[in-house]
Amino acid sequence: MTTVPFHRRKETKLVFRYLTAASLVVIFVFPIYWLFAISFKTPGEIFAFPPVWYPKSIQFNNYAVLFKDGDAKTVGNSLVLASVSTFFAMIFGTIAAYSLVRFRTGGENLAVWIISQRMMPPVAIVFPVFLFYVWLGWVDTYIGLIILYTAFSLPYVIWMMRGYIEDIPLELEESALIDGCSRWEVLWKVVFPMARSGLFATAVFTFIFSWNDFLFALVLTRTEVTTYTVQVTHYFGGQSNFWSKIAAMSVLGTIPVFITVATLQRYLVRGISMGAVKG
Amino acid sequence: MSDLKITGLHKHYGAYHAVKGIDLEVPSGEFTVLVGPSGCGKSTLLRTIAGLEEASAGSIEIGGKDVTWARPRDRDIAMVFQNYALYPYLNVYENIAFGLRARRVASAEVDKRVKRAAEMLGIAQLLERFPRELSGGQRQRVAIGRAIVRDALLFLFDEPLSNLDAQLRDDMRVEIKRLHQELGRTMIYVTHDQIEAMTLADRIALLRDGKIEQLGAPLDLFERPATRFVAGFLGSPKMNFLPATIETGEVILRDGTKLTLPPGRKAPNGQAVVLGLRPQHIAKAGASAAPGHVQLPSTIELVQPTGSRVQVSMPLGGISITAEFAAHEVTAPGEQVRIDIDMTRAVLIDPQTDKVI
Repeated sequence: MTTVPFHRRKETKLVFRYLTAASLVVIFVFPIYWLFAISFKTPGEIFAFPPVWYPKSIQFNNYAVLFKDGDAKTVGNSLVLASVSTFFAMIFGTIAAYSLVRFRTGGENLAVWIISQRMMPPVAIVFPVFLFYVWLGWVDTYIGLIILYTAFSLPYVIWMMRGYIEDIPLELEESALIDGCSRWEVLWKVVFPMARSGLFATAVFTFIFSWNDFLFALVLTRTEVTTYTVQVTHYFGGQSNFWSKIAAMSVLGTIPVFITVATLQRYLVRGISMGAVKG
Repeated sequence: MSDLKITGLHKHYGAYHAVKGIDLEVPSGEFTVLVGPSGCGKSTLLRTIAGLEEASAGSIEIGGKDVTWARPRDRDIAMVFQNYALYPYLNVYENIAFGLRARRVASAEVDKRVKRAAEMLGIAQLLERFPRELSGGQRQRVAIGRAIVRDALLFLFDEPLSNLDAQLRDDMRVEIKRLHQELGRTMIYVTHDQIEAMTLADRIALLRDGKIEQLGAPLDLFERPATRFVAGFLGSPKMNFLPATIETGEVILRDGTKLTLPPGRKAPNGQAVVLGLRPQHIAKAGASAAPGHVQLPSTIELVQPTGSRVQVSMPLGGISITAEFAAHEVTAPGEQVRIDIDMTRAVLIDPQTDKVI
């Protein structure tokens, strides 16, 4: 009987590992690749059998249609709604978190009450909100969705920022107070810069939550502020599905998130791990 | 004129009474050290002076103005914290300039003052660096720099040296003393380290359980402690305390050893006392005893050399006491020596009240 030398065994193990990793990557990345590929294909290529693995020539017609019909505007709507609501949620959430941490506002349990709101299924409140919004005349308006997204993101922002603010040494703030800062200046000059990574990480997630929202946008919009998530569903028809439009619109919807995550990756990793080491 | 006047100050945290009626007046330019064991209320007192804690009762005046309810920034104070409290996202220059910018001082003036402070503290070459690139000692210099640029009426130090290693602590102590001499400002310094207190202070306020146990010049407290606590807290090695009784003008220890009564001290016959003897006042005996000194035979139990001196343990009056001899006066345990006790420097304490008689 021949024995396999030790180094050979190690190599085999490594090869096996790489093969497993590579096949997993293919399984997960393939749908994304397919989405991008379809968005550049002609209608003929989309339905060809056997499948066309990559478009013969890159053509932007599928995108051009979206812009020509004005459907691409829905990505702009999503962008405005998600960015503005994230901005307000971050400002108010951080201030609220600061108050919870430093002034013990609401005692020990308020923070838990706040986060518990996050656990509530959105579908439970969407219809009451709808009726309320009809009364206010806020259905299909920016302000309606911005307020709703802000309110829905606040518990998450407060909960996350609370952890990051607790990590800031109190002495830094006390030193600033003695040096001549007001509480607001302390927030601006000490708390924000100290919690910068956490702020960015939380903002990215808040943005993505609002960006990906489907339910509220479906119920609370008609034509004016339709978001891209709702727009995609318009292409599923009773007779046929517009795969080229679905793919192109989905790609348009992915790009802003991709850019956000790519630019803020540095803060994201630090921000998430900052939260992770906390007990 | 006094820069700081505290009257009847109390601080409660719920049911816990941290500061129990402190009265303290600090004259202009004086270096006052608040010292005491941990939990004695010294840091709370300092933080209340700074306005970081609200007083529960009493008043605080800074520069003749009642600031009891004023915000920290309106008190004309600068403070150095134990953990440096430097902003990690600002370089040394901006850290030092922070307080001036917060008070909207003109840039040219900021530049002048930051550079002058950096010059004084020997950190002029570090202005572009960030706190993470500095050693502990350099960070503390920056923290001190941030306080001195402010040119405040009162400087508060909250255990600024306790995070530094022993060697650096000695260097920084010298630096702070020098700064006080140069600036001539009123400084309040909190520490639990009695060496820091003794070396830096013009006056020491020794705190215990939220009250000032004794207030005075360092040597006054060392040589004329008012209570057993003060006698035991100051001095290293610690003072020896021996239970004794007074009989016919002599101090009789538990084992019957007779010592002369310290001159000028009077106690009734039969009274139980505690005799306090500093290790420095117990020496190896010379040819004859000086007036007020007592010589006795003893056996060395333990020898601890410290370099220039040697600490020795030996029995006296039925307990083990510590004495401090010159470096080579004793060599090994078991050695028979004759010791010389300077009774003129001894203190007698009433065990009922713990007050020095």
